[in-house]
Amino acid sequence: MAIKYPPNPQVAQTELDAHVREIIQWHFSPETGSPFWLDWAKKNFDPRAEVKCFADLMQKFPHFQDEWLRDLQPEVWVPAAFKGQPFNIFETGGTTGMPKQRIGWNDYKVDYSEFAEKISDEHFPRNHYWLMMGPTGPRRLRLAIEHLANVRGCACYFLDLDPRFVKKVISNKQYDVARAYMDHVVDQAIMLLKHRKISALFTTPKLLEALAEKVNIFEAGIRGVFCGGTTMTPQYVRFIVEEVLEGKIGFYPTYGNTLMGLAASVPIKPEDNFSVTYYSPQPRAVLRVVKPNQTDTLVSYDEFGRVELTTLTKEFFMPRFLERDEAIRRSARAPYQWDGVGDVRPFGAMEKNIVEGVY
Amino acid sequence: MSLPHIPVLRLGRSYESLDKVTIANCRNGEAVAQVSTVNAGILRKDLQKVGAARTALKKFTVAQLLEITSKAADLFLTATLPLGDKGHTQSPDDFVKTLSSTSGLPHVMVRRNMTRVHAAMSNMKTMLNGLTRGLDLTILDRGFGEQSGTKVSFYSTTQALGLVMPSNSPAVNSLWLPSIALKTPVILKPGREEPWTPYRLMQAFIAAGCPAEAFGFYPTDHEGAGEILRTCGRALIFGDKATTAQYANNPAINVHGPGYSKVLIGEDEIERWPEFIDLIAESISANGGRSCLCASAVVVPKYAAEIADALAKKIGPYTPTAPDDEKAVLSGFANAKMADYIDGAIDADLKTPGATEATAKYRNGPRKVVLDGGIYLRPTIVQCESFAHPLANREFLFPYASVVQCPQAEMLDKIGYSLVTTAITKDEAWIAQLLECRHIDRLNVGPISTMKISWDQPHEGNMFEFLYKRRSFERA
Repeated sequence: MAIKYPPNPQVAQTELDAHVREIIQWHFSPETGSPFWLDWAKKNFDPRAEVKCFADLMQKFPHFQDEWLRDLQPEVWVPAAFKGQPFNIFETGGTTGMPKQRIGWNDYKVDYSEFAEKISDEHFPRNHYWLMMGPTGPRRLRLAIEHLANVRGCACYFLDLDPRFVKKVISNKQYDVARAYMDHVVDQAIMLLKHRKISALFTTPKLLEALAEKVNIFEAGIRGVFCGGTTMTPQYVRFIVEEVLEGKIGFYPTYGNTLMGLAASVPIKPEDNFSVTYYSPQPRAVLRVVKPNQTDTLVSYDEFGRVELTTLTKEFFMPRFLERDEAIRRSARAPYQWDGVGDVRPFGAMEKNIVEGVY
Repeated sequence: MSLPHIPVLRLGRSYESLDKVTIANCRNGEAVAQVSTVNAGILRKDLQKVGAARTALKKFTVAQLLEITSKAADLFLTATLPLGDKGHTQSPDDFVKTLSSTSGLPHVMVRRNMTRVHAAMSNMKTMLNGLTRGLDLTILDRGFGEQSGTKVSFYSTTQALGLVMPSNSPAVNSLWLPSIALKTPVILKPGREEPWTPYRLMQAFIAAGCPAEAFGFYPTDHEGAGEILRTCGRALIFGDKATTAQYANNPAINVHGPGYSKVLIGEDEIERWPEFIDLIAESISANGGRSCLCASAVVVPKYAAEIADALAKKIGPYTPTAPDDEKAVLSGFANAKMADYIDGAIDADLKTPGATEATAKYRNGPRKVVLDGGIYLRPTIVQCESFAHPLANREFLFPYASVVQCPQAEMLDKIGYSLVTTAITKDEAWIAQLLECRHIDRLNVGPISTMKISWDQPHEGNMFEFLYKRRSFERA
């Protein structure tokens, strides 16, 4: 499946505006929309009449509240058009209290099928074996990675990893327990690498580092690594590329979560100085970088701001959700014809310590 | 010219990180240099290869390394040495001015610290003789030999000495200097405001012929510091009580926390107290009161009020002066928040009944003062009625001491840990008790400044015994 990118930013904007109209029509029409949004329209306004483009959406909708995903039962999010079709329930967060839940049917397959075309055969040989050493359990990622491997003709090995437990023990300053758990996870990966032919690895930066301290991953057969997670400063990316992967293994940083899908990074050029920029899978999701204290206003290019996510699929509509991340607003870079987010880190990272656990 | 950049030294490889911190002049905020910083992962990678660094040092004999150390001492004191990787150099005068600008120490104290470090390096042979109790040092080259008619063999306890350094006083670097002559590479995390002294020392050693592989200079974060302590087989850490308490029971880590050094006067000598005021004042205020050797408590069986007043009269009027004043006695604070915290903490504790600040009336002004952008705390003497008072056994980073009245018979039970105790007495029975006292590290009997150290005696642990162990040995 070859991906068709818009040829320029104007076309990308036109396509996004058209997509917004289609999605608004879908979620706010009684024949196709979900109980939550239909009810919301009754209490607020009918977006079908007022939202004609992405700018309207940004202007007229308030921020999506994450409590809605915690407090409400999943069926309120089922669009009428999907009624009767069993769905997946995916979770994010949940270290303390109720996690956020998002339901879905095929979105993850769409996102990851598209991503499958963005990684090279050299680093991710087709018809081979992968290993996922990352958060499993109720996360969308677990199924998404397997689908991604399958799309490329591969099968994927998994091991269990509960990031909530890791965050909890680190918050409680039980560093020995956290280290023991990390060792437990990494040891399982080493076992698989030793006894199975595996050429590709999905993991988090911290786990990758820990794995590479125990085994030469190139000699173990790994040729490509893609990493998801939050903070990867340019120096940390450089460290991974030069010291952990020793320049011999393809490295594909990604940014994503259960609510958005997957934002791929553009290949790093020398002038980037290892600063990674991610581009959302527009028009299905749009990332903006807004002023933290004035969230209806974008920051200037190359400035840090808070990440705001809008998800626009027929399965899930989520306007203007303020992520717990901050990033640099970056301009479009081919093949992407829309803004990117660079050097993503937890929101407020400069002011306070954030527990990122295995990330 | 561009700002100097101090790179990470990765056991022979200079490394410019994408993460840098800017070190600023603490008086006017101007940037002085950039320092590359690295994450713990880089340390872990490098520490896997530290065996090669030790191999590089083992190619030299101890005698050769002593020669190199002696040469490095002179270079440190007098030479213009490389500063960073952008073509900058640093003369001794540059070093004095730069270190003064970022640490707050006046020039005269930086020079005094330089002299102290130089003396430690120049006297390294004497120092090793003291630390090894006269061991023939060629035994360390061979690994075995005979000493006083007995077979001896020593083996190294570690591939490297880890160091998590403070920023308070350059002379503290003297502690790791024997490591090079003892063929042990150093993996050092410098203090935030004081990369200058360890970097210059390493450059001096390299210029004197020491292999660059022997030096790891890693400005890093908290996790990186933890990695140094965890991974190097032997390490030294400097820090406050809370930091050092974590490692107190770890024999691989030599902890250097607050010194709580003290001057005690015995009942037999107390009537002569006026004769000792100059010595006590010097023990409290030398080096701007920043050393762990500085006395922070004076314990007397009587005349506490009079002694506190006399000390206050002597050091209370000390005022800050320009950094280049040759008579400067106070050091500025690189971190304004630290000065605020100390000033506030003392004022808060003075509200607890049982303590009087003796210096207040001689100071004619607040404790915290600002001069030309520099923040200073003026000397403070507090008379405490007993050791129960929260200010009785405290140590701060400026000339501070309590004067506590306590019967001689109770003193040793109450003083707690003391890095240095000067006991002014001739009472042999009490001296015998002092010699038995396990919480005194260094003991001076008689009117000796707490600041005095001897090159041939261990200071804060015996570095030779830390880095080497003796084994039984036979060879057919």
